[in-house]
Amino acid sequence: MQKAHNSILYLDGVSVSFDGFKALNSLSLIIEPGEMRAIIGPNGAGKTTMMDVITGKTKPDVGDILLNGSIDLTKKDETDIAQLGIGRKFQKPTVFESHTVQDNLELALKNDRRAFKMLFAKLDASQYERIDELLETIRLKDQRYELAANLSHGQKQWLEIGMLLAQEPKLLLVDEPAAGMTDAETHETAILLKEIAKTKSVVVVEHDMVFVRELGVKVSVLHEGSILAEGSMDDVSKNERVIEVYLGR
Amino acid sequence: MLSRYLLKKLDISAMWFLAVLAAIALLVPALNLLVPETSAFHLSTYWVVLLGKYACYALLALSVDLVWGYAGILSLGHGAFFALGGYVMGMYLMRQIGSRGVYGDPILPDFMVFLNWPELPWFWLGSDVFAFTLIMILFVPGLLAFAFGWFAFRSRVTGVYLSIITQALTYALMLAFFRNNMGFGGNNGLTDFKDILGFSLQDDGTRAALFSISIVMLMLGFIICRAIITSQFGKALIAVRDAESRVRFLGYKAESYKLFVWTVSAMMAGVAGALYVPQVGIINPSEFAPANSIETVIWVAVGGRGTLIGAVIGAVSVNFAKTWFTAALPELWLFALGTLFIVVTIFMPKGILGLFAGHKIKPFNLSIFGKKSVDAEDGGVGDNNAKSS
Ligand SMILES: Nc1ncnc2c1ncn2[C@@H]1O[C@H](COP(=O)(O)OP(=O)(O)OP(=O)(O)O)[C@@H](O)[C@H]1O
Ligand SMILES: [Mg+2]
Repeated sequence: MQKAHNSILYLDGVSVSFDGFKALNSLSLIIEPGEMRAIIGPNGAGKTTMMDVITGKTKPDVGDILLNGSIDLTKKDETDIAQLGIGRKFQKPTVFESHTVQDNLELALKNDRRAFKMLFAKLDASQYERIDELLETIRLKDQRYELAANLSHGQKQWLEIGMLLAQEPKLLLVDEPAAGMTDAETHETAILLKEIAKTKSVVVVEHDMVFVRELGVKVSVLHEGSILAEGSMDDVSKNERVIEVYLGR
Repeated sequence: MLSRYLLKKLDISAMWFLAVLAAIALLVPALNLLVPETSAFHLSTYWVVLLGKYACYALLALSVDLVWGYAGILSLGHGAFFALGGYVMGMYLMRQIGSRGVYGDPILPDFMVFLNWPELPWFWLGSDVFAFTLIMILFVPGLLAFAFGWFAFRSRVTGVYLSIITQALTYALMLAFFRNNMGFGGNNGLTDFKDILGFSLQDDGTRAALFSISIVMLMLGFIICRAIITSQFGKALIAVRDAESRVRFLGYKAESYKLFVWTVSAMMAGVAGALYVPQVGIINPSEFAPANSIETVIWVAVGGRGTLIGAVIGAVSVNFAKTWFTAALPELWLFALGTLFIVVTIFMPKGILGLFAGHKIKPFNLSIFGKKSVDAEDGGVGDNNAKSS
């Protein structure tokens, strides 16, 4: 339990099965406060399912999931977990398409989210400033009043990252942020994530090896629902089992 | 820039809409009461009553648009809230008859005397007090909606399943109200009303006043809906409509948002029903008929879902057509209505208003259950279809 105590996220023995198929198989993972961790693994390895169990979308069959070493996430729903400070970017970009870029960010801003408060809520000057900053960061200043539906795939990815930042979470779960991006955009995204990781804990799932290498952080290889190897990108790419199941294909 | 411009424009059109309604609220009574019958500009009482009915339907349509257009809840049971509001008003109107009923009982309505009931049942207590009636018009539909929504939204019943339960709700209420021992007059319902607040319901003046009040309530309903949807709450609500589970991952309790508008909407429908009953002079269980609720949804679809103004335009224009059709070609009305619905959903997904707003006609871009597609229903969180490596 000592390890759990010093961690921001602690998974131990987490299993999930869908109709008998084990998507997660006694998965254990520890993320330290302020750490950025990359998760790689072949299609169907359980990466997205892992994020689902952390964020309350899927309940694990067995296993412990603790935030800050003490808060049991398996007992909470999506809303509560989000409010505890876990933000998530989905594999398939999910922004609110019938809202403008600005409105998407407004909805994501850290705020009192109770329905009655929202009826009378008004953004204050500092929040507008924050949105300006975010728009700068995600390079969507010119698209501010554009409907999110009209953004390119890469821009949607960035908007979703912007929404993630707007929530000011303690822990960010980022599922394939570079998917569908050009090489230049991918590079920008890596820089952005490294910037974010200076102040927050981040878990990034990514297939793009160049991208993961560029992040330069500890890598966990997921395979058939459990961790196969952990270490630097160089270490894991030398690991024979990893080469066998994944890299060498 | 474009959507900002559209928002501004919408505000202007909302102003215009309210101005037109205000003008109608003044003009119709004036043309009826002040212009002599011999003049070509005189508006007959028949029309005042008919337009008053349309105003109530418009308010009902507005309430449906609030939940369907902005929260993605396709209610096929809003007629229940409308009818409940109507029954509350009907109870008051029954008590206003007093000893002028057939049996001349000063307290008991005729049907209770007929059933040999010795005294007023508890749920009729207070129904002779107008102020209490006004409160109950909001409270009864509101409470039912709150209780229903509490269970349905918490257990995350959505889409077609939710629609079916709303339909079952109104159907069950219809069956209940048909029973004599429910205490609401069985299949005859409540009728033979005489006065409201001491004014005769047969008076042109009373009818004109009821008409104007209906329009004012429609305006008020519109203002409330606009206030809700243009607030930060409204932004979150639209987000719930488009990607409910995504909103939860942002830390919003989607069910609270739905429960609030659902309850407000039911109250609006109740007010519409309460204004409808004194104008048509009767309320009976057929107002709970599932077909009524479905028809209301068609008005909204025809006018333009998720536009508020469209709901009003749809309610008035479809009912206008219905009045004409049921007089000229009564057998064909249901076919005409069905055809209209199909044409609108396929070719005019944004309804009549969509045509004016210059939207391109794009079939099927808005599923009737509020989600863009089955895939998006999950908020796109299913993820497994997006292979990106
Ligand atoms: N809701 C579900 N019902 C049934 N099976 C599921 C469900 N969610 C995931 N699975 C299965 O669990 C396995 C792991 O899926 P998951 O999405 O976690 O993989 P992944 O590592 O994210 O893969 P990818 O790289 O393709 O995104 C897959 O075989 C998938 O088909
Ligand atoms: Mg995945």
